[in-house]
This record gives sequence, C-alpha cells and structure tokens, in this order.
Amino acid sequence: MKTKKTSSKSPKAAPDRGQLTDGASILVNCLEREGVDVIFAYPGGASMPIHQALTKSKKIRVILPRHEQGGVFAAEGYARVTGKAGVCMATSGPGATNLITGIADAYMDSVPLVAITGQVNQDMIGRGAFQETDMFGLTLPIVKHSYLVWDINDIPRIVKEAFHIAQSGRPGPVLIDIPKNIQNQRAQPIYPKEVALRGYNPVVKADDVAINEMIGLIQGAKKPVIYCGGGVITGEASKELLEFAERTQIPVTTTLMGIGSFPETHPLSLKWLGMHGTVYANNAANEADLLIAIGVRFDDRVTGKVEKFCEHGTIIHIDIDNSELNKNKLVRLPILSDLKYALSRANGILEKQGLKRAKSFTRYPEWYKLIDGWKKKHPLSYNDTPDAIQPQHVIKLLNELTKGEAIITTGVGQHQMWAGQFYNYSEPRTFVSSAGLGSMGFGYPAALGAKVALPHKEVIDIDGDGSFLMNVQELATAHIEGIAAKAIILNNQHLGMVVQWEDRFYSSNRGHTFLGDPRDLKRIYPDYVEICKGFGVKCERVLHKKDLRAAVQRMLDSKEAYVLDVMTPYTEHVLPMIPAGATYKDIITE
Amino acid sequence: MRHTISILVENKTGALARIAGMFSGRGFNIDTLNVGPTLDSSASRMTIVVRGDDKVLEQVTKQLNKLVDVIDVQDFHDEEYVDRELVLLRVTATSKTRPEVMQICDIFRAKIIDVQADTLAIELTGSDNKIRKFLTLMDRFGIKELTRTGKVALPRSND
Repeated sequence: MKTKKTSSKSPKAAPDRGQLTDGASILVNCLEREGVDVIFAYPGGASMPIHQALTKSKKIRVILPRHEQGGVFAAEGYARVTGKAGVCMATSGPGATNLITGIADAYMDSVPLVAITGQVNQDMIGRGAFQETDMFGLTLPIVKHSYLVWDINDIPRIVKEAFHIAQSGRPGPVLIDIPKNIQNQRAQPIYPKEVALRGYNPVVKADDVAINEMIGLIQGAKKPVIYCGGGVITGEASKELLEFAERTQIPVTTTLMGIGSFPETHPLSLKWLGMHGTVYANNAANEADLLIAIGVRFDDRVTGKVEKFCEHGTIIHIDIDNSELNKNKLVRLPILSDLKYALSRANGILEKQGLKRAKSFTRYPEWYKLIDGWKKKHPLSYNDTPDAIQPQHVIKLLNELTKGEAIITTGVGQHQMWAGQFYNYSEPRTFVSSAGLGSMGFGYPAALGAKVALPHKEVIDIDGDGSFLMNVQELATAHIEGIAAKAIILNNQHLGMVVQWEDRFYSSNRGHTFLGDPRDLKRIYPDYVEICKGFGVKCERVLHKKDLRAAVQRMLDSKEAYVLDVMTPYTEHVLPMIPAGATYKDIITE
Repeated sequence: MRHTISILVENKTGALARIAGMFSGRGFNIDTLNVGPTLDSSASRMTIVVRGDDKVLEQVTKQLNKLVDVIDVQDFHDEEYVDRELVLLRVTATSKTRPEVMQICDIFRAKIIDVQADTLAIELTGSDNKIRKFLTLMDRFGIKELTRTGKVALPRSND
C-alpha cells in the first residue's frame, strides 16, 4: 500500500515586504494579517515584548484573563462559536503549562486554536533557566502541529502556516513557542501570501462511486439512522445535512459534539445518543439496519461496548480525517471526504433520482412507528417537585424564556448532560461544551470568549458548583472587560456526577465528593453571592421554585455579567444512563 | 506480524519526536527504527519495523500520514521491496578460534574490520535471516558487543 500525500500549492503570489522592526511586532503584524481581532493573553517575563507590541495594535483587542487556563478556554469559546481560530498567549514555564489543559481540550474536540507561548532566550534553552519548560515537547501529543521559532525570519511563514493548519481540514490546536531574544531581535519581515506544506493536504472529496454506493445502501434500508457529530459543525455542513435528511427522510441523532448540527425541534430529530442520550436515539442507532455516521468518531461514551454497537446494521462512515475511518469501529463503507462536499453531492444525486425534500415523512412508516413508540414510552423526563428546584426544571425554563435561541456553554458533569437534554438547540455552534476531554472549569471562560465573539447573542453558562469554582477568577475578567456573559450555577454542594456513580456503583459511599462545609452542613458553601460581590459581579441566590422564573428573567435582562446561584437537590441522577462499557440494552431509566 | 514502513519526513527539529511519540502514545510497538538523509536535503527517510496485525498497520499508516511533517508513507509488502541491515560486532577470537571465526565470516561475506589480541570486529550486512543465523553461530565464540542499524528498505519499482 502506498499512501502518497499530494503537496499543497506552491507559492505564486509575490510576498509582501514589511518595515524593519522587532520580532514581537512582526508577530503582531502577522496576527493582524490573519484577521485576529481578539487575543486572550496573560503576560510574563518571556512574553512581555509581544504585549508591548500589542499595546500599539489598533486591530487586536487584548483580553487579560485571570488565569492562563481561563484564557485558553475563552479562546476555545471564541473559536467554537465562530469557526475562526481562537488565539491565546502565555509566558514561558508555568504560564505555558497552564495552557495545556485547554490545548488538550481543543485537540480532543477539534477546535481551531493558536496558542502562543513565550520561551526563554535561545542560549538559555535546555539549561533549566528560570521559568523554562520544553513546551514544544510537552504538547507534542495534544497538538495538530507545533513550532519552536528558531529564526526571526521564519515568523511570518510560521504564523501563516499555523492559522492554515488550525483552521483547515479537521481543525485543531497549533502551538507557537517563541524565545524572548527573537521577540527583541530586529529584521525586515517578508510576509508570504500562500502556504506551501507538501505533507499537508487537508481537502479531500469523496468520489461519486462511494456516494452512489451510499445511496444504493439507503435504497435497500428499512431502518436507517443518521448519526452525526461535531464534524458536521466544523465542516459547516448543517444545511446540507438537513437537506440530506429531508430528501432521504432518515431520522437523525447527534453526538454531544454534534448538538445543533441538526435542529432538535425537527420531526426527524432523535436528539442525542450515548451514555446519557435519549432511549429512542440509542435504540434507533443500535437497531438500525443502516447507520450513516457523519463526522463522528465512535467515541466510547456514544457506543458503550463498541463491538456491540449497531451490531447487526450496515455502517457507512463519512469523515474528513482518514485516521478516524475504521479506527474504533470497522465499517462497511468508509468515505473519506469533506462533509459539505459529500452531502451536497449526495443531495444532487438524490435530486436527479426524484427524491424531493419532504415536509412530512412517510418513507419508513414501520420504522417511524417503532421509534414513536420508544419516544412515547421513554421521553426525557424527571420528577418535578413543588418547592425544591429540580435542575432539569431550571434548564427547561431557560429554554422557554430564551426561546431556545441562546448560546449555552457548560462545565462538566450532571449539569452538562441536563443542559444537553432539556434545552432544544436548533442552530450549530450554540452548544459549547468540553466533550472529549471533559474539562471542568470550561463553562464560564468559554462563555466569555463566546460573548466577546458574538456580543449581540445571549450567552449563558449552565454550570455546576464544582466546575464553576475551578475558574471562578474569570468573574474578574467579565467585570473588568465588561463582558455580559451570564452563568447559572446548579448548586447541589456536591460533585454531582461522581455522586451519581457512587450511588450506582459504590453503595453511596462518599469519596470526597462533598463540596460544602462539613462542620456546618446548614450553611451554603462557598457563598457565591459574596464571591461575586467581591468581583463586582451581580449575583442572586434562588432557593424556591416560585422565585425562579423572575430570577432567570432578571438575569436575562441584565446588560452585564450576572450569576444565578440556584440551589438544587444533590439526590437527582442524570437519566437515562448506559453504564460505561455496557450496551443500549443495559440502559437505566430510573 | 512484522511490517516494514518507509516514511519520507521533513528534515525539521522535532519530526522524529513527533513520529516516535505517535507510536508510544497510541500503543504501537517499534521493532527497529532507522533515520537517514535523502537526495533532497530538506527531507529524511525513516524505516520503521512495526509489529501488529493489519488493523494496527492501517492505523499506523493513517496516523503517520496525519502528521504535518510526514510527506509520504509506504507500507512494504513481501516481494515488493529489498531490505538490508548492517551489524557491527566484536567477537572473542583467540589464536585458537580465530581461523574458524574467519571461515564463517567468509561464508557469510562478512568483513573483519579490526583485529585485537583476543577479539575481532566484524561488519555484516544482510537480511533478517542471514543476520540471525550469523549471530547464532558467533554466539558460540562469545559476542562482546553488538550494534545494529535497524532495517533499511528500498522498493523494487516505482509503483
């Protein structure tokens, strides 16, 4: 087997020559040329020259997070709602290592990110200098690509390549580590117009043979399901997916990353599948005779025991990343392609075959009937209470009051699952969540980044008390920078998801999952109202169901950052639940 | 099963670390690894012998191709390529045993490249089989030191 990469275009357009200046200014000029309008950057010794250069930029807004992890999560939030690369920067050593969780997060969820780190002087590298870490080496397994700048003249090429790599194909994070002495050196930059990378050719298009084979398989199917993921969103293929589903009349389930790629209010929507997905989505995907997997990676949280997943069905897998095909699951028809291309090509062929876009769906009556039965028997539900506030109720109410049009970010845990279950998403890039890495503390900084990118959108972080506390310092960023990102803390004084697993698998023995004050159980701890006060951010606590609607409305009406601390019972479990490594038949519904 | 993979890679800092790290990070095993320059000074060629079934090999190839610094990946199948390995070894050889060692070297077309009072330094190139057999024979005399290049491979034709 020979798998040759064809090289990208060779540079043709004449490069631009800039003024003689220092490396830091060259870097900033390059960022401006890439259209960067905001950078989340925390300064330090080894990145100071770049901050000095940034003070002179008229195009780039610099937002100072209060922790580098907040900065990188904010950059991810920016990237996830726009599709443009988010940019963050930190100094060498601890500043740089604080970015690592965010870089890994972006890698797992295929988020375009350019992370810039200062490095000690070239002649100090490898000598254990103050605040030195081998950032290039540390991040190797969690970046799409990385650079250690070794020559000032390489800066323009490297920055251009970094943005190209981060944003094209399957997006991902790119690191640029730049020694301080290079930031201070002077040179006349030459800005290339094009990128020439012979080992990188991200644009792949399915051939018609594969697409026709897929359509042939669809024609023979009786119980088909589309299972689509984040690839549809990053591939900007949501419109094509909707058309494809309406032409073929095949029900659609998404992954957590794929939420918003297909409108959940659509009659063909099964919402999402997996560990905490709907019963009907899991049943449909597993009992399908044809599963069309689009921009997904057969993650274990989706498939459970992967050998048993859709065991008797034929599987088609379309993805832009060749390494995802046949990685976790061997499939009948792997199709390597840009998704927008593959779906629009398929739509064209379906059109020619006379398959019109349907408004009512009649093609698979038996299959729809079976699915409807599951929907009726196992809708997403919870036991509501008259006074205590159930977390699911909060999200349902938020969905009602925002008409499902807000951008929701989340932390990681029970609240994240409920935010996926009880809010109805109809647009891509409206559910912003750390899915692959599952990074607690993601929610609020991501909301800041999203709000900065789209200031006219309502952006709300649905968070847990554990997750929110992990980046609570970003309340300062919100206040000082005037970023009106909201947060609802579903505060149950516990690490709810771990508690749920303790209840289910460890006889409710609590292993350090209580976050309150064990010496004073009546007290709500920590006191977010007081914390927010200290940061200058408005906050109110809600204890009773009757007060909730007005409180949520006050939060929505606020023109500035606002935190709603909603007390919820810790006894509530996220359901349904397929235990890790189990199959859809083992689903727990009560 | 053992596979020989030939990788054309950008001659850049960190390229080797990226490739080696991909193997360890994804749980693939490297048997031998060899890196050297090519006609194009901006690229290096790596020859890697990997252990694994077809599924592992498919992933290895795809993951290698995914790396930006990797220009080309060839997975050689039997008969499609020729391969050789170079071995240098120092073997105990007293005045009594020296003639026999030299005789075996002759048969294997190995070269004696250094002679000391009680050892011989030997250079051998060849295929896996030949090298294994030679080393088994030398074992009797006592191999003092051994260094191997790992396999290098060349396709028989262009396609």
